[in-house]
Amino acid sequence: MDIAREVLNIVVVGHVDHGKSTVIGRLLYDTKSIPEGAIERVKRISKEKGKPFEYAYLLDAFEEEQKQGITIDTTRLQFRTDQRDYVIIDAPGHKEFLKNMISGAASAEAALLIIDANEGIQEQSKRHGYILSLLGIQKAYVLVNKMDLINYSEDGFNEIKQEMNEFLNSLHVYPLKYIPVSAFFGENLTSQSDKMPWYKGESLLKAIDLFEKEPGLEGRPLRFPIQDVYKFDNRRIIAGRIESGTLNVGDQILISPSKKTTRVKSIEYWAERDKTDSVSAGMSVGITVADEFFNQRGEFISYAHDEPLCSETFRANLFWMGKNSLLRNKEYKLKLATQEIECEVISITRVIDATTLETIEDAGQVNTNDVAEVIMRTKKKICFDEFKNNQNTGRFVVVDGYDVSGGGIVSGLVEAIQTVNKFAKSELQMVVNCFDEYYYVLSEDTVKKLQGRPHTFSVGDVIPVGGQTYAYPEDFNVLDLQAQLVAKVRKAKLHDIVKLSAYDYDSVPMIDPTGSFLRVASKGEYLTFANEVEALHGSEYTKLAVFANKWLDFSKYRRIQYLKNITLPELEYQI
Amino acid sequence: MEHLDRLEAQSIFILREAYKKFGKLGMLWSIGKDSTVMLWLAKKAFFGHCPFPFIHVDTAYKIPKMIEFRDTVAKEYNLELIVHKNEEALQEGMGPEKGRLVCCKALKTDGLQQVVTKYEFEGLILGIRRDEEGSRSKERVFSERNKDSEWDYTNQPPELWDQFKTDFPKGNHIRVHPILHWNEIDIWAYIERENIPLVDLYFAKNGKRYRSLGCAPCTGQIDSNATTVSDIIAELKNTKVSERAGRAQDQEDSYAMQKLRKDGYM
Repeated sequence: MDIAREVLNIVVVGHVDHGKSTVIGRLLYDTKSIPEGAIERVKRISKEKGKPFEYAYLLDAFEEEQKQGITIDTTRLQFRTDQRDYVIIDAPGHKEFLKNMISGAASAEAALLIIDANEGIQEQSKRHGYILSLLGIQKAYVLVNKMDLINYSEDGFNEIKQEMNEFLNSLHVYPLKYIPVSAFFGENLTSQSDKMPWYKGESLLKAIDLFEKEPGLEGRPLRFPIQDVYKFDNRRIIAGRIESGTLNVGDQILISPSKKTTRVKSIEYWAERDKTDSVSAGMSVGITVADEFFNQRGEFISYAHDEPLCSETFRANLFWMGKNSLLRNKEYKLKLATQEIECEVISITRVIDATTLETIEDAGQVNTNDVAEVIMRTKKKICFDEFKNNQNTGRFVVVDGYDVSGGGIVSGLVEAIQTVNKFAKSELQMVVNCFDEYYYVLSEDTVKKLQGRPHTFSVGDVIPVGGQTYAYPEDFNVLDLQAQLVAKVRKAKLHDIVKLSAYDYDSVPMIDPTGSFLRVASKGEYLTFANEVEALHGSEYTKLAVFANKWLDFSKYRRIQYLKNITLPELEYQI
Repeated sequence: MEHLDRLEAQSIFILREAYKKFGKLGMLWSIGKDSTVMLWLAKKAFFGHCPFPFIHVDTAYKIPKMIEFRDTVAKEYNLELIVHKNEEALQEGMGPEKGRLVCCKALKTDGLQQVVTKYEFEGLILGIRRDEEGSRSKERVFSERNKDSEWDYTNQPPELWDQFKTDFPKGNHIRVHPILHWNEIDIWAYIERENIPLVDLYFAKNGKRYRSLGCAPCTGQIDSNATTVSDIIAELKNTKVSERAGRAQDQEDSYAMQKLRKDGYM
C-alpha cells in the first residue's frame, strides 16, 4: 500500500452459500490482486479434488472450509483500485459461526450484503442486516448474486430489492445501492454486464470506490482512556491511545471518574521523529502531567468542559454470542475502552428476534445469537459516551467466564428515579449536596455521607432547611462555582436561580452546594473572594485546599452525629 | 493520520495491552525483518525500554549471518535474550532430511513449546502477518493456545473493537500478534522511514537475495538486484510471486502451514 493512500475496510456478509467468498475471490482474481502462488495452490487443490477452479478457495484457506465448501472463519485480504486501498473482510454466513461474522464486521467501515437471486432473502440475510445496524455500519450495498440462475431477470431483481429494502429500512439501514451480479461468471463485477442491459448503475468495482470514508475523530471531544502507567525511568508516563479529539502540551485536563484536574507537562517519545507538542485521535501516546497523583488504567482523560458520561448504570443494545444464555442478575465482566469491571444485567427490556423483528418484553434471558435491549449495572462508576456521539467509547464487550460472549453499544443513561438533589429554573440547573447527612459510623470507625431522597426543587418549592445533621437559616444563597450559578432561598423556599455573572452581593449568608458556609460578610469580602475564585481556575489541589480552608466553614451549619451502623439504600430505576 | 502511522499506533496499542495483561510475557525474535520491526515497535511502545525477554528458537540450521546479527543487536539494545535449542532432537540427528514438516515440528514447534513450559509464559508476542499465507489470514490478534500449544482454529473467540482475549485457564497461553494487520510492503516502507537496522541477507549480492528468512537448508533465494530498501519496495510492487515461495516447508502439502500451526508453529 502506498503511504498516503486512503484505506477502507469493507466486510462482505450474507446467508450461507449466497456466494460471499466467490464474489471476493473473483474480484481479487480479476483485478490481479492475488499472487501467482495462491492461484497455483488453488488450481492444485481443485485438480486434486477433481473440481473446477473455485474462487472461494482463495479465501477459504482451511482444509475444512474447502472440503465442506463453507467459510468458517473470517479472512482479511488487501486489494487496490486506482482510487484507494481496501481491506476486504470475508465473513462466514453460517449461523453457527455468527461470532466470527461479528468479529469480521466489527472493524468494517462499509458492508456488502450478498443475497442469492434464486433463494432470495434468508434468515442470515436479515440477521446480518440487523447486526450491521447494531454495529453502526450505515454504508452498505446489497449485491443480488447468482443472477444467472434467474436468467438475469429484472423483475426477479426488483422483487428482492423491494423486500430487503422494507426490512432494512425498518432498522434504519438504508442501502446506498442494489447491484445485480453473477460472481461466478464475473457479471457486473469489474465492468458493466451486457447480460443485464436494464441495469444502469455501476459495476461492483466502480461502486465500492464511491463509498465515502467517515471523517476522522480528531475534531470530536477529547477521550484518552489510560491504558497503563509506566515508571521505567525517572519519568512517570501515562500511556494510551487517543480515541477522539486532540491533546496539547500545557492543556488543562480532567481525569474521570475521580474528577481530578491537572496539566499536560510533556508528550513523551523515543524516536526523535516522534517528538511533538500535539497528539490526536488514533495515536498511541504517552504523557506526563503536572500533578503526580495516583492514576490507573481505565480512567478517562478529557477536557473539563466536555467530559464523558460517568455512571454505574446505562442502557444498551446487546448481541449475545455466548455458549450459555445471558441471564439477568448474573455476574459478568464488562470491558469498555480500557476499563474492566464486574457487571450485571439488571433488566432485559426487550429481546428482539433479529430475523422477524418480533420482540419479547421483559425477558429473563438472552439466548445465543439474539439481540436485546438491556440495562447494565457495573460495580463502580465507569466512563463512557453514547454510541451515537462516540463509537470508540460507546461500545463494550461482556465476558462470561473465559469468553467474550456479548457485544453492546451504549444507547444512553438510565433515567434513574434521580440520584441527586437539584435546584432548577428551566435550563438553569444546580446539583446540590447540602441536604446530605453526615454520620460518624461507629461500626466502621469512619465518617460517611448519606444522601437524602433525591428530588428536583423548582422555584416556589419548599426547601428542607433543617435535617438530622444540618440546619440552614430561612434565607440563604447557594453559590455554585462549577455551574456558575447562584440559587436564592428565601423563607425556606427556592426563590430564584441567577447566573453568577448577574449576581450582586445581597448580604444574605452563602453556602456552597455541599452545605459549607462561605466566610463572606461584606461586599468587599465578596469581591476579594470573587477575585480569588478567578485566580483559582484550573489550579492544583494544594491551592484548592488552601482556598477552601480560608473561605469555607463545614461546621457552621452542620454537625456530625454518631451512628451505630449504616445501611445504604438501593438505587431505584425507572424502566 | 498516514497509513504507516495508523499501523504503528495499532501495534503499539496491542503491545501495551499484552504487557499490561500478562505477567509472564516474551517476544519471539527470529532475526527476520518482521520481528525486527516488532522489536523497534516495542522500543517505541515502552519509550526506549524492552520490558520483557526476547526469545530465539534456534534450530541450529539458521544462516550464520543471522546469529551474528542477533548477538550484535541484543548487545546494543541490552536485550534480555533467551536462546533455546531442542537439544534432545538435535542429538538424535533431527534435520530436514527426516522430512521437512517433521523437522519444523521438532526444532521449531517443539522447541518453542519447551520454552513456554520452562519459563511458564502466559503471553508470547509473534511477528506473523495476515498476508503471509492462508491460515495466518484467519488469525486473531490475541490467539489462545492450550497447554500443548495447540490452536483450535475452528473455534476462535470473537475479537471486536480491540477487546482482546485475556481470560483463559492456567496452563494455556496467548499468542499476541501485533503486526498481523501489516503487509510485506508496509514492513519495508516502515523500515525505510524509520531507518531500522536489518540483517544484510535481504539485500542482493551477485543477483540473489533472501525475501523471507528461515533455516539454511529450506530457504531459497530469489533473483534480484535490489541492494537498498527502496529497491526492494520497487521490486515488491511488481512481483507476482508470493513472499514465502522460497520457504520449502510451505510447499510440502496443500495445508502444510495449517497443519504445522495447529500444533503450535509460529
